[in-house]
Amino acid sequence: MDFLGISLPSYSLETVFGSAISGVFLGAIYALVALGLTLIYGVLHIINFAHGTLLMLAMYAVFFLWSVFGVDPYLAMLIVVPGGYLFGYALQRSVIGRTSHGRDEIILLTTLGVSIVLENFALFAFSANERNVQVPYDFDGIDLGVVYIVWPQIAALVGSLLITAALWCFMRFTDTGKAIRAVAKERQGARLMGINVEHIFAVSFGIGTACVAAAASLLAPTYAVFPQVGYLFVLIAFTVVVLGGMGSFVGALVGGLVIGVTEQIGRLYLGESLGLITISAIFILILLFRPTGLFGQRL
Amino acid sequence: MKKSYTFNHLSRRQVLAGVAAGGAVAAAGTLGMPHIARAADAVKVGVVHPVTGFLQFSGTQCRFGALAAIEEINASGGIKALGGAKLEAVLGDAQSKAEIGAAEVEKFNEAGVSAIVGAYASGICLATTQAAAKYGIPHVVDVGVNDKIVGRGLENTFRFGPGFGSITKAGVDHLIAINEAAGKPTKSVVIVHENTTPFGSFMAGLLEKNLTPAGFEVKEVLPHPTGNKDFNNIALKIKEANPDLVIPSHYYGDGVLFLRTLQRQRVQPKAIYSVLGGASSQYRFVNEFPDAADYVMDCNHWFDPRKAAAQALRKKTEDAGKSFSYEVFLAYEAMMFAADAMERAGSSDRAKIIEAMASSTWSDHFMPYGATKMVNGQNEGAQAMVMQVLNKDIEVVAPKEFATKAAVFPRPA
Amino acid sequence: MSMLTTMSTGNMQRIGWAVLIGALLAAPFAIHSGRWMEFIELTLFAALLGQGWNILGGYGGQYSFGHALFFGTAAYLQALLQYKLGWSPWLTLWIAIGGSVAVAAFVGFLSFRYGLRGSYFALVTLAFAEAFHVLSRSLVSVTEGGRGVQLPLNQDPEQALATFQFTFAGPFLSEAGYYYTILIFLLIGFAVTGWLNHSRFGAQLQAVREDEDAASALGIDPFRVKMSAICLSAGVTSLAGIYYVQKFLFVDPGIAYGPGKSVEALFAAIIGGVGTVLGPLLGSAFIHIVGEFAKETIGAMLGDRPGVDLILFGIILVLMLAYMPRGLVGLVELLWRKLMTKRGGGNA
Repeated sequence: MDFLGISLPSYSLETVFGSAISGVFLGAIYALVALGLTLIYGVLHIINFAHGTLLMLAMYAVFFLWSVFGVDPYLAMLIVVPGGYLFGYALQRSVIGRTSHGRDEIILLTTLGVSIVLENFALFAFSANERNVQVPYDFDGIDLGVVYIVWPQIAALVGSLLITAALWCFMRFTDTGKAIRAVAKERQGARLMGINVEHIFAVSFGIGTACVAAAASLLAPTYAVFPQVGYLFVLIAFTVVVLGGMGSFVGALVGGLVIGVTEQIGRLYLGESLGLITISAIFILILLFRPTGLFGQRL
Repeated sequence: MKKSYTFNHLSRRQVLAGVAAGGAVAAAGTLGMPHIARAADAVKVGVVHPVTGFLQFSGTQCRFGALAAIEEINASGGIKALGGAKLEAVLGDAQSKAEIGAAEVEKFNEAGVSAIVGAYASGICLATTQAAAKYGIPHVVDVGVNDKIVGRGLENTFRFGPGFGSITKAGVDHLIAINEAAGKPTKSVVIVHENTTPFGSFMAGLLEKNLTPAGFEVKEVLPHPTGNKDFNNIALKIKEANPDLVIPSHYYGDGVLFLRTLQRQRVQPKAIYSVLGGASSQYRFVNEFPDAADYVMDCNHWFDPRKAAAQALRKKTEDAGKSFSYEVFLAYEAMMFAADAMERAGSSDRAKIIEAMASSTWSDHFMPYGATKMVNGQNEGAQAMVMQVLNKDIEVVAPKEFATKAAVFPRPA
Repeated sequence: MSMLTTMSTGNMQRIGWAVLIGALLAAPFAIHSGRWMEFIELTLFAALLGQGWNILGGYGGQYSFGHALFFGTAAYLQALLQYKLGWSPWLTLWIAIGGSVAVAAFVGFLSFRYGLRGSYFALVTLAFAEAFHVLSRSLVSVTEGGRGVQLPLNQDPEQALATFQFTFAGPFLSEAGYYYTILIFLLIGFAVTGWLNHSRFGAQLQAVREDEDAASALGIDPFRVKMSAICLSAGVTSLAGIYYVQKFLFVDPGIAYGPGKSVEALFAAIIGGVGTVLGPLLGSAFIHIVGEFAKETIGAMLGDRPGVDLILFGIILVLMLAYMPRGLVGLVELLWRKLMTKRGGGNA
């Protein structure tokens, strides 16, 4: 097979299909992590560098619920999602909101500072050991012929669809959701309308963190948790958010899936290492040619 | 401002107890402790590792091993040739950066260390050995398997364990022997290796070069970055190439995900024989995923399992809630080597210790290295062994004189 | 800024600068501690990274998250040309600077041509740095990949200058050679930013930062100005890459293009105070002093508990952002102004 004069390895159709399908499931994971990020960006207009760290903390919560109390990682969602909301709300209200002085570059550094604190807290409290949640259904699943899909992967895909739908409904049909949209669109106007903007910021940050906590539950059966696990996903989450359109949930879902499949096919042909260039390339091209992303700025 | 954060085995225990009871208590515990090992005759040793940043896990493991050695030396009467002088660790954190590692060496120098043990990663070791050379401080490299760390003309630099070249050679030689003994059941090979750090990148090159002349057909070489999020592609490629043998070479986290993905995708080559595979000969992996680990072979750093000291260290490590991994025992033995050199030198003088290290014939260790013989700073006897996960335990299968079980090769279908 | 234009302040500033530069030049003669010289050297290194960032980010208002691009490109060129072709480091350093500027021109052209501003510009630089990271790791035949490029160590004092290596360079150079290297590089950075404060180009750049449309209306070409700024910024940042390779003799994809150097650059400049000559040095000094303080206090207290000093470091950082949003220079200016008004009141 030849592509732009570079000879590419040729793989059987089975392998290509298998790779693409596994890309869909990988993309679901990306979407899960990006959903919270896109909300926070859409409302607060900040690039939250602490997002990966929050994912890491939530994964630790899931791990300890499993290892200490024997709570199944999916069931743990009932605890970590509300917990994530409260943590995020408090973090925005008491730290990020206070230090920002309304300046983007300061918010950015604050989120970086917060992530240094939290990451090293995890190192201090939990040590650098990589810990795995072991579930009995880890190796069972559905044989698609070209590729084997295990239950944790299916749960991640279904989870990303459900969370997207839930967020979308929340934004459309609840008063808080409408207030968030109002703040995202026109901060000053919303304030004049009597909306407590600081509260809405914190609510959005809380929901964003709750999303990342849900993602943590769905990732736990596949990925080990260690203090730096967040870095695996954070750059890709940014790419997904930009591709989907900052602030768009449907965009994050579609963006995640598109990037998952593209990356997987890219890595199939270019190799696991060089194949990652596809992510950077999409990121750069989207920023240059369609910075509003696929789905524009819609909440 | 010459105070450096020093510590010894007594304070450590107190500190750990203190931490359990809260930071304030820890502070009180440290300040109020009896200064037993702070006597004037204590010999200071710099212990530098990347205990924060992206190498934090391995760095922490190394630090534990080095400190366990100091604890043991002090408990059994210190350095006898120096009138029972205790060793005192001066801790350094390279923060996974070469420049910070070099700065820590400057601190060590001013703290008056007699030797340095560290610094796990090859990139950091290059910087720390070079900085230590400026002051003539003997530097024992604990892991740093890059062949170019020793033998670049630095007289202060020694490596007790093996480098890439010798590990790969052992890996290939043992593989050929095992394969031939089994009637040559494997011929085609796929190599999977990390390419983010010098380790996997060098490894793969050396492997490929050595396997082809030995009659193996290398079907594919699949590099991947460290911290690979998904191994399905690699599993699919292996499925399609259908090799008899898969040779992985990467760090622990990737090793776990890789072997689990192979199991998830029902990819079952006749054998998985890793060379410096991250997960294959690690107790915690065997404990957590016994099915994925079954029959996996690994050519890696390993200890002589029959030595009591090795088993004692294993127990101590596991009692501390840590996994007994190569980082722990290599750093432990590196520190023991340094202490032995002090005994030989009968001095805490840097130059004399360097001399003693260069001419060391130390053999009272638990590694399968025989008597120490340093050539250009490299211990010539250092070798890797081949282990296999059998019956949920890690057994040595080669070389013969250290083997605890015979290799099961190929693995049962 | 008004106070900076009055004569007496100008003179005092000049004196202040002379004292600072004099102290930095004299440091190796006054400080005989290798440890503290190394500490100052690392501080100057981060200050240089910050100064490079400051030209584009501080003066130009274009916040880059990917300054590792310019550090890394210079480091790779400096290392590879010596390693593969055996060229003299004194020749390769010009190519390293040039290559870095070329990358800047490429990234700048695309970003500014397509009008990326604010967080979009930040993200595109982040993406470019990551792209170079992937390429440097993957194109093994060009870059040696993850193996990294390791330069041979020179131990012959006679060859110290020729090889641009000072670890074994005889009595004086081995102690101060690298220090003066980074100091000279940093002084170049100071000179460039000082020039920005007083030149026509600097005024144009700051006009573009404040309001691009207004600047265009005044006949300034924002694209051209920003292009010049990113190239200048890369040129200064590339010096840090050259220093790094000559000192540590090793570079790999993570060192060159990983996020570490980008973050260091931006931290130093923003904490010190963006768009000021002295900001990056103040910021870098603050970061290093806080880091050292954290290590020596809580880190030493708890001994074998990695990470605890970095928790304290992070907390101080966040507090600092909360209470000194304009950076250290902002704080100094505030104190200065208070002092001046008091003095002014007394004179009247």
